[in-house]
Amino acid sequence: MRYEAPTTTKEAATLLAKENGEACVLAGGTDLLVRMKMGLSEPDLIVDIKHIPAMQEIKISASGTKIGAAVSGTRLGDNKALKKAWPGVVEATNLIGSDQVQGRCTMVGNLCNASPAADSVPAMIAAGAKAVVVGPKKRRTVTVENIVTGPGQTSLEKGEVIESITLPKRSGKSGDAYLRFIPRTEMDIAVVSAGVNLTLEKGVVKTARVCLGAVAPTAVLVPDAAKAIIGTKLDKAALESLAAACSAACNPIDDKRGTVEYRTKVAGVLGRRAAEIAFKRAGGSK
Amino acid sequence: MTGVLVDTTVNGDAVQFACPTDETLLDSLRDRVGLTGVKEGCGTGDCGACSITLDGQLVCSCLVLGVEANGSEIGTVEGLADSESLHPLQEQFINHAALQCGICTPGFLVAAKALLDKNKDPSEEQIRYALAGNLCRCTGYDKIVRAVQAAAKDLRKKKK
Repeated sequence: MRYEAPTTTKEAATLLAKENGEACVLAGGTDLLVRMKMGLSEPDLIVDIKHIPAMQEIKISASGTKIGAAVSGTRLGDNKALKKAWPGVVEATNLIGSDQVQGRCTMVGNLCNASPAADSVPAMIAAGAKAVVVGPKKRRTVTVENIVTGPGQTSLEKGEVIESITLPKRSGKSGDAYLRFIPRTEMDIAVVSAGVNLTLEKGVVKTARVCLGAVAPTAVLVPDAAKAIIGTKLDKAALESLAAACSAACNPIDDKRGTVEYRTKVAGVLGRRAAEIAFKRAGGSK
Repeated sequence: MTGVLVDTTVNGDAVQFACPTDETLLDSLRDRVGLTGVKEGCGTGDCGACSITLDGQLVCSCLVLGVEANGSEIGTVEGLADSESLHPLQEQFINHAALQCGICTPGFLVAAKALLDKNKDPSEEQIRYALAGNLCRCTGYDKIVRAVQAAAKDLRKKKK
């Protein structure tokens, strides 16, 4: 196995593109090293992206927020400005694993691992996040909901690597939140999860995005749930209709973590509760 | 020996080792550096027995490649005590009998030290959350939590 630690994204993309065998990107390694240990992955080349300065940056500017692909969960959580601007995105990422895992894991790694239950993904999609994808020849920007195509599958082409995630600029009267249900308090995989991001104007919800996790092969953006609360002050009827839209968007599996019926019901409950937290964070009152 | 040369600082000392590219830092530390305080429990980042600090950050060494440690500062349980005396955490783990078989103990000590370095006076809840990545199948955790609370108190007294 070759180990390379390039210092530019283009170099990383070129190395990945040129490898004829199995080539893997190494950020935090909290998924990759487990796959290697279990014999599910036997890379011929590992490209460690942690030495690329653009991948280590957190940039908050007037035009939006940019988070490098190698930024760990701990660094996100320690960044007060980011936590204030996007509390839902940060709390979702900080739910991944233990403190030990937080020290290494990344949002982009969570995204590219493409688990239907990935915690940071519904929060990113609700936030309207975009991925900056770099290939050996060109760069492109892709909405996060268009990265994962199925469990363990992404739309990235050979040689492509995500350099960073961008979060849009939004008004001061905005808030986001992420909730997941697990049967214990820590260290578990989401049975159902929900991310909500909204902006208020004169106390009324002006824009909203609602995204569910672990209820379908990929995270699901639910425009009907957003429609249910836009133009409202999040009254009881709006929340009920948001919950119904969330449940209607579910296409889950039955497994040891939860049944189809259970996941469908809980998706509505979490969507509603996350919307209430986001509303409060945006400064809304009923 | 074939492999990649890795330059590190371990517990304050310059350490150089050579390892294959697919070797975990856990194996490098145990088999090449001779620090067997780092334990392998699960090998998949679930149990925390292999906890170390890498450039001050608490991590599972089973989820780090040896080659990734080049240029890094590593802290292991062997670095906790000074030549004269045990670290207050170690003292209090003994006083509270916060261990039985002992396999998880080095990981708990390293993780608890990482917590106390950041937070001098953690609540019981904060301690339990901070140690959620460390599994113990003997103690039932309560004695460990008490030991960490007592050590935190000792460390606060020492500072005064």
